[in-house]
Amino acid sequence: MNEFLQIKLLGIFSLGMDLGWALLMIPLLPLIGFLLLGLFGRKYMKQSAGIFATLLLSVSAFLSLHTAYGYFFKYGKLEGVYQKIIPVQFTWLQFSPGVSIDLGILLDPISVMMLVVVTFISLMVHIYSLAYMKGEERFPTYYSFLGLFTFSMLGLVMSSNIFQLYIFWELVGVSSFLLIGYYYDRPSAVAACKKAFIITRFADLGFLIGILILSFYSGTLDFNTLIEKLTSIESTEFKSIASASFIGISALTWALVLVFIGGAGKSALFPLHVWLPDAMEGPTPVSALIHAATMVVAGVFLVARLFPIFSMSEAALNVVSIIGITSALFAAVIACTQTDIKRVLAYSTMSQIGFMMFSLGVSGQGGESGLGFTAAMFHLFTHALFKALLFLGAGSVIHFIHSNEMKDMGGLRKYLPITHITFLIACLAISGVPPFAGFFSKEEILLAAYHHNMTIYWIALATSGLTSFYMFRLYFSIFWNKEYIAHGEAHGEGGFLMMIPLILLSLGAAAAGFIPFGEYVSADGKLLESAFHLQFSIAPVVLGLAGIFTAMWMYKKQSNRSDTIAYSLNSFYKLAFHKFYIDEFYFFITKKVLFNLVGRPAAWFDKNVVNGLINAIGNCTIFLSEKVKGFQSGKVQQYAIYFLAGVIGLVVLFIYIWK
Amino acid sequence: MMEPGLNHVLFISTALFFIGVFGFLTRRNLITMLMSIELVLNSVNINFVAFNKYLWPHKLDGLFFSIFVIAIAAAEAAVAIAIIINLYRSHQSIDVENTEDLKF
Repeated sequence: MNEFLQIKLLGIFSLGMDLGWALLMIPLLPLIGFLLLGLFGRKYMKQSAGIFATLLLSVSAFLSLHTAYGYFFKYGKLEGVYQKIIPVQFTWLQFSPGVSIDLGILLDPISVMMLVVVTFISLMVHIYSLAYMKGEERFPTYYSFLGLFTFSMLGLVMSSNIFQLYIFWELVGVSSFLLIGYYYDRPSAVAACKKAFIITRFADLGFLIGILILSFYSGTLDFNTLIEKLTSIESTEFKSIASASFIGISALTWALVLVFIGGAGKSALFPLHVWLPDAMEGPTPVSALIHAATMVVAGVFLVARLFPIFSMSEAALNVVSIIGITSALFAAVIACTQTDIKRVLAYSTMSQIGFMMFSLGVSGQGGESGLGFTAAMFHLFTHALFKALLFLGAGSVIHFIHSNEMKDMGGLRKYLPITHITFLIACLAISGVPPFAGFFSKEEILLAAYHHNMTIYWIALATSGLTSFYMFRLYFSIFWNKEYIAHGEAHGEGGFLMMIPLILLSLGAAAAGFIPFGEYVSADGKLLESAFHLQFSIAPVVLGLAGIFTAMWMYKKQSNRSDTIAYSLNSFYKLAFHKFYIDEFYFFITKKVLFNLVGRPAAWFDKNVVNGLINAIGNCTIFLSEKVKGFQSGKVQQYAIYFLAGVIGLVVLFIYIWK
Repeated sequence: MMEPGLNHVLFISTALFFIGVFGFLTRRNLITMLMSIELVLNSVNINFVAFNKYLWPHKLDGLFFSIFVIAIAAAEAAVAIAIIINLYRSHQSIDVENTEDLKF
């Protein structure tokens, strides 16, 4: 039984008031940045936009850290269990006595952790963009969009009500759309932002239906009440939702799977992943923020938020883990063949999110079995750090050579020393090499899988081997391989402002592994002892190192070993290179099936029937008016006839009819 | 030979009236149209005088009104001639078919 005690600190005025205001400031500061820069940025703040936004965000980041320190170390715990605290809540739309859309802030371990992650990474991206986006025409607009995104993401993680979360979910989607399509004069960027928005919007339909089902059966939209009502087996709401079924699957499973579909769309899991590689059309700092560290983990966050309800349905958890592991393996295979460095990182993100998802899927609720939950959150934390670092490093490389393709790179270690070292640290982290962060989080995920589902464990192990292979393929292709022929670049490595975030993130990626996450974040709020199993970690580390050495053998020096292997794996290589033709499949369905069978008839109907009706009304009016206009002929004698006719009519009327 | 009664005079004035109306509606020349209107006004005069003489022989109200009508007819003819002169100046014609400018 999960029992979270709720402390409405509104009753405890001093702490509540202070805390409430500080918490409200965290998302409101970027929102203010968005509004001011959006309205006045273009005219008045062309130079100062970046500094302004960065300052606002640094205050926000400081407040988040302060909240996190307070929550985790001072007031969050009650009798050794982390509480869900609601410092701010007010009723907004009331549909019925029980169902209302409230707006409130919910503090619990995962939301406080996400606050820290989002504000910190966003701050790094803001600082980095001061140098990367310098000289851009629409510099203030960029920072206003970043502010909008940060506001939406922070609102999402602090939501106390599932509908409020949906509102911010959509806002995050819009911000992503605006940022991917930032270079709107490029048709590829426009197509990419449309694709991202449409696919996530389509997934959000599932999310909405899931919300409606959940709220229908439990009569509430508030997270705490929802969890309370649907997780105790004796409650009437649980009985009704578990017994109602549709095509043999209970309403609870349907609701959870639909909600998961929404999360899968946003987190780019198979098969709704096709927008993520295309989203790399946006500026690289945007990719670091949105499509690596924060937005794409919204789906993971959603499942974690609703985790108590998810754990009531075995089937839903199975769906989560299967989709998770499939995405992880699928993306890892494709990443081995891609040549655009940002695409490789995009597929890597998809794979790592798959890891987080299946880790949630195999998790239980409390105690030892709740390791999956803690591991997923831990991996989210460390992944945000090293993936943002990888993207910012890639941005530094792209800034230097003005190209995304691996064939234009090689031997850059002499020209970009700091980028080289930090990129190496990030690659080691993601490959799970101790003592970097990724080792600890991945080891916990694999441990959770080992205890629950051996198939998933073996596939995950293989995938982590592939992970280290393709990451180091990337690393060696950029920094080693061939000698770089300088084309007389005017600038060296990016400036001080680009290097600071890289260095800070690399410190995080190196040290974050040592945080005893189980003490802070766990499925039921209690302490999770994670013992360190030495024998267990041998297998993943060995595989990781094997991947590194394979990549080194193939890519460190220029050779045709990689081409030979690609040739020998012929059709499988082609399949992976073309991303398993999923994009082509989607194009087939949309263009040949939907457009022709649904779109064309609808367009015909609209053009001929709907427009035809309106045109017919217009034509009738014209016809009538043509007939009537003859009355004004300009002929005096005709007017006199009408006059005479009127007089005669009146005479007849007065004499014969009205006497 | 019977005395001419009221009906006979009214018959004449009605005929005159409709001849005038027909002339107004049919003629092309503006001045001829004006002449037709004079016919109508005169028919109205005959009507007034007839009613005065046959119905109220000891009163003169009808005659008085006829004088008014004559005066107004004269004034109106003057105004109409002024309009026709202006029309001639702008259109170089007094054919009523050339005055159809204010049409749709």
